Amino acid sequence: MVARSDPRRSPRILSAWFASLLFIMLGATAFAAVPGGDLTAEQLERLGERNLRVVETAVADIAASGSPVALEVLRALQDGRLYRRDADGVMLVSVRVGGAQVYSDPLAGTLGEELADADVTLVRVSNRIRRVLSAAIASLSLDSEDPAVRLAAARQFIDSPDSALLEAIETALVDEADGRVRNELEVARAAAIASDPAQSEDARREAVDRLAEAGSNRARRVLIGMFIEEGSELDVRRDAAVEVIDRNLARWQQVQNLWFGLSLGSVLLLAAMGLAITFGVMGVINMAHGEMIMIGAYTTFVVQGILRGISPALAEVSLLIALPVAFLVAGLIGVFIERTVIRRLYSRPLETLLATWGISLILQQLVRTFFGASNQRVETPSWLAGSMEFGQIMITYNRLAILIFALVMLAAVILLLKKTPLGLHIRAVTQNRKMAESMGIRSDRVDMLTFGLGSGIAGVAGVALSQIANVSPNLGQGYIIDSFMVIVFGGVGNLFGTLVGAMTLGITTQLVEPSLGAVAAKVLILVFIIIFIQFRPRGLFPQKGRAAE
Amino acid sequence: MTTTTSILNLDGVTVSFDGFRALNDLSLQVDRGEMRAIIGPNGAGKTTMMDVITGKTRPDAGTVYFDGRHDLRKLDEAAIAQLGIGRKFQKPTVFENLTVADNVLLALAGERGVFANLFSRRLRTAGDDIDRFLRIARMLEHRGRRAGDLSHGQKQWLEIAMLLAQDPKLLLVDEPVAGMTDAETDQTADLLREIAEVHSVVVVEHDMAFVRRLGVKVTVLHEGSVLAEGSLDHVSRNERVIDVYLGR
Amino acid sequence: MITARLLSGRMTPWDVAFLLLLLAVAMVVPLLNLIPGPDSSFHISAYMVSVLGKYLCYALLALAIDLVWGYCGILSLGHGAFFGLGGYAMGMHLMRNIDGRGVYGHPVLPDFMVFLNWDELPWYWLGFDMFPFAMLMVVLAPGALAFLLGWFAFRSRVTGVYLSIVTQAMTFALMLAFFQNDLGFGGSDGLTDFRDLLGVSLTADGMRSGLFAASAIILALAYLACRLIVSSKLGRVLVGVRDAEARLRFLGYRAERFKLAVWTFSAMLAGIAGALYVPQVGIINPGEFAPAKSIEAVVWVAVGGRGFLVGGPIGAVVVNAFKTFFTGNFADYWLFFLGGLFVLVTLFLPQGLFGWARDRLAGRKGGDGP
Repeated sequence: MVARSDPRRSPRILSAWFASLLFIMLGATAFAAVPGGDLTAEQLERLGERNLRVVETAVADIAASGSPVALEVLRALQDGRLYRRDADGVMLVSVRVGGAQVYSDPLAGTLGEELADADVTLVRVSNRIRRVLSAAIASLSLDSEDPAVRLAAARQFIDSPDSALLEAIETALVDEADGRVRNELEVARAAAIASDPAQSEDARREAVDRLAEAGSNRARRVLIGMFIEEGSELDVRRDAAVEVIDRNLARWQQVQNLWFGLSLGSVLLLAAMGLAITFGVMGVINMAHGEMIMIGAYTTFVVQGILRGISPALAEVSLLIALPVAFLVAGLIGVFIERTVIRRLYSRPLETLLATWGISLILQQLVRTFFGASNQRVETPSWLAGSMEFGQIMITYNRLAILIFALVMLAAVILLLKKTPLGLHIRAVTQNRKMAESMGIRSDRVDMLTFGLGSGIAGVAGVALSQIANVSPNLGQGYIIDSFMVIVFGGVGNLFGTLVGAMTLGITTQLVEPSLGAVAAKVLILVFIIIFIQFRPRGLFPQKGRAAE
Repeated sequence: MTTTTSILNLDGVTVSFDGFRALNDLSLQVDRGEMRAIIGPNGAGKTTMMDVITGKTRPDAGTVYFDGRHDLRKLDEAAIAQLGIGRKFQKPTVFENLTVADNVLLALAGERGVFANLFSRRLRTAGDDIDRFLRIARMLEHRGRRAGDLSHGQKQWLEIAMLLAQDPKLLLVDEPVAGMTDAETDQTADLLREIAEVHSVVVVEHDMAFVRRLGVKVTVLHEGSVLAEGSLDHVSRNERVIDVYLGR
Repeated sequence: MITARLLSGRMTPWDVAFLLLLLAVAMVVPLLNLIPGPDSSFHISAYMVSVLGKYLCYALLALAIDLVWGYCGILSLGHGAFFGLGGYAMGMHLMRNIDGRGVYGHPVLPDFMVFLNWDELPWYWLGFDMFPFAMLMVVLAPGALAFLLGWFAFRSRVTGVYLSIVTQAMTFALMLAFFQNDLGFGGSDGLTDFRDLLGVSLTADGMRSGLFAASAIILALAYLACRLIVSSKLGRVLVGVRDAEARLRFLGYRAERFKLAVWTFSAMLAGIAGALYVPQVGIINPGEFAPAKSIEAVVWVAVGGRGFLVGGPIGAVVVNAFKTFFTGNFADYWLFFLGGLFVLVTLFLPQGLFGWARDRLAGRKGGDGP
């Protein structure tokens, strides 16, 4: 697992706490940089010498120190980010932060400062040094405490196979405990052997088999790049290996599509859930539903802005704070709409549709007036940034979080409807308004709360969707038709149907998309649903019995 | 099972909603020119039976024949209506935004196609026919009123006028006197007897006095099947009927 | 004449007034454009003639929506699809009429196809060079789509809100499809750079006035046709469909056939409106299929007064006049105004401006009674 996070920018403890809270099973950790170590400023300064031999020795010395700072410095040198401050000759590592270039002293381990270009000189490397540098970085990386760094190093070996590195790989393999790193190192060894024509035929053949077994695109590139006499036995074997990998990758492609489908399905589920309450349970067509999602997203934006103003540390938890705030904001707006407009139109569903559409225009324009028409940037907290590998595919944390969040929300809503007094009242009013009223339930209050609940859920969905969608006044427009399709497809008044509907539509869209293209897939789905409604006007899971008439 | 003398023949009809059997192996035969009263407690399946006959509900099992040859299970509402089965609903349903006369105009037999209606001349020529049916239903004086403005009882009668205008072979009348005053109830009973002279009629009713006044053969439904059949006196002496329905 | 016979005695004073007004503008507006010099205070600029002509096209679209919504209870949120298809059919004819005068100078292919490196016209572009064929397509393309959708939907008794959602999905799907370049309708740019129609340049003096007059006359004819429908016995049946569809079935009417017929006819009217619109504004693009446009058109009808034939056209002209005013002066407030209009009209003016005004004048209430 690779957690991409800049340890300096985020408050580490919080980030680690939240990351482990949400992804305990993933075990995200933030690693700390230990400054100093055995390195001396003189060693670093020698990197700037003209004499290549001196530089070569300096690289070797720095590598031998085994300090984490050594890796940072050597990488900076390799990437052309190592500078010498002209005033005192101190070596500085430069990093881009936001729009600015800042320089920091690696030995001091302090945050960087901005310097004028004229005050520093870039340390250049010759090709000869570069080669030494690569090997030094690789072996340093393989010595790293952090498995992610070792994994990256092993991958780099696969990407540029070099039999000169075989010894380092073998050494690393001896003590490597992490299964994944071990595996990649073995592939790296195979890559190095397979790519070296000087190796024995037997060894190369075995290496080709190992690469086929690896099944990754990386291994495939090694195979394709092998220098082999055409038509030889090894060549045939290589072609077979490539084919094996292609089949494997095609299978993973399907898994990838399935994942995208689940992810899209979870987005649809989130978007449609509030509507499932207002439309499905109450029978109210709320065309401003999408705007409730939009308001949830803007609430996130505002909450994040305020928290960042108070303390950057709080920005990390802004999403968690935005959830209840968005629920309240959208819910209260929903209650207001219900009180002022919708309850006057309960017997006229088509008019409700038009009036709520009007409300949606007003809400969009309000947001446009206050925030402008352009997209607003909602930051992704570090614990949601990055991704993890699953076999040959990448799963981004924000998408995974949305999937989990959508399911948790669904469960919560179902529990609320099934286990709480409010849920009981909502169900009672849905099934038989007159009877419920005569039993002392204030149905107009239940209507108000139900609509507020549906709107609040839409607001909460907006918090989640702010992580993947453009937060603009038009955000809601993109979801309204999809949401209706999900409800109509799944069956009105049935949250389980909403789940199945959302996932079916999501997965189908993603499975069709690679062969037809995104737009055609979408059109096809719409046409499919239009036809589907003709045959099952009540959706997949219709409400049954007389009450449904 | 179908005999040529029967206008309506239900045999072993079963209808279930979500496991609840609204009709359970129901068999019923109505003769040509007969008026039949159907009684039974709430949930006995009276309205479901009407729904099955008029094509609104499809039976899960059993056969429904009209006039000995038309399989009603295979036809939709419009086709069944065109065959000559008219229905008056329990809750009076008229076209509220049309006048009383226009309501009857729509019911008049013939002209059921789109273009036939577009180029229909009946708006001008059908006045006498409309008046005739309104007169029978004692609604002539309300001819030009908007149907939505009528009283509950007047709507019932308008529906009966519409039913007559359809010129059906079989009339299904669901609770015609619900919500009517005693005088209105008596008038309605007379009206139905008049109608029964030329049509076959099935009347579903709760009101025992009304049924007695009709003086026709009675079928008692209970839990979706026939419990007893015969004259009202005959069925009221039936022990099971007394148990389940009259509750004495 | 059969129409005259059928209509005699069925025209309300409002109908007569509306038709006379249409005939008057059909004559007066072109005359004021052509005869007074540009400096005269009576002069109507060519631009203004096009704007007014656009209003008439919207009025025809509103009439089509009113016919199905006001009289048949079908709330279409997708009439923009039919309007757009009619517009595209006209646009294709106008593109074929460019005749090698495009930027790339290809004798047959429109510029965008040359740009996409296409070698020949797709089959569905054939025949559009002929005016009669193109005009046939103006009604047939939207008519066929409406028939297909309606045939499925009405037969399966998809009604009310569900039907509205289906129609919205339909126009949304069309919008996405027409945005695609490879569909062969010019992608997001749509069809534009038209030259002439029936051999006359679209920018010629008489052309704008001619198109305006044609729009007014066609609107009048469509209005007469709709009046014929709603005043006939068919009109009574349609009200029956609107108010108590199930009851009508038990009288032996196949409600779905009546809906299908009127729905298809309405779609054709919308197609004609689109076809008249395109040469006057000079462009047709997939934006016309946007669901928001269709819903906006529904609001015209609600504002004007649904269930009154003049309601649709009145609403279309009033709302669009406001739109022209707002977008010229307070563009930011237009959506507030439009949104507020949606809410206020549905809450407080269920019969629209026309119904409200008529009740005020007559001091009574009631529908568009015969």
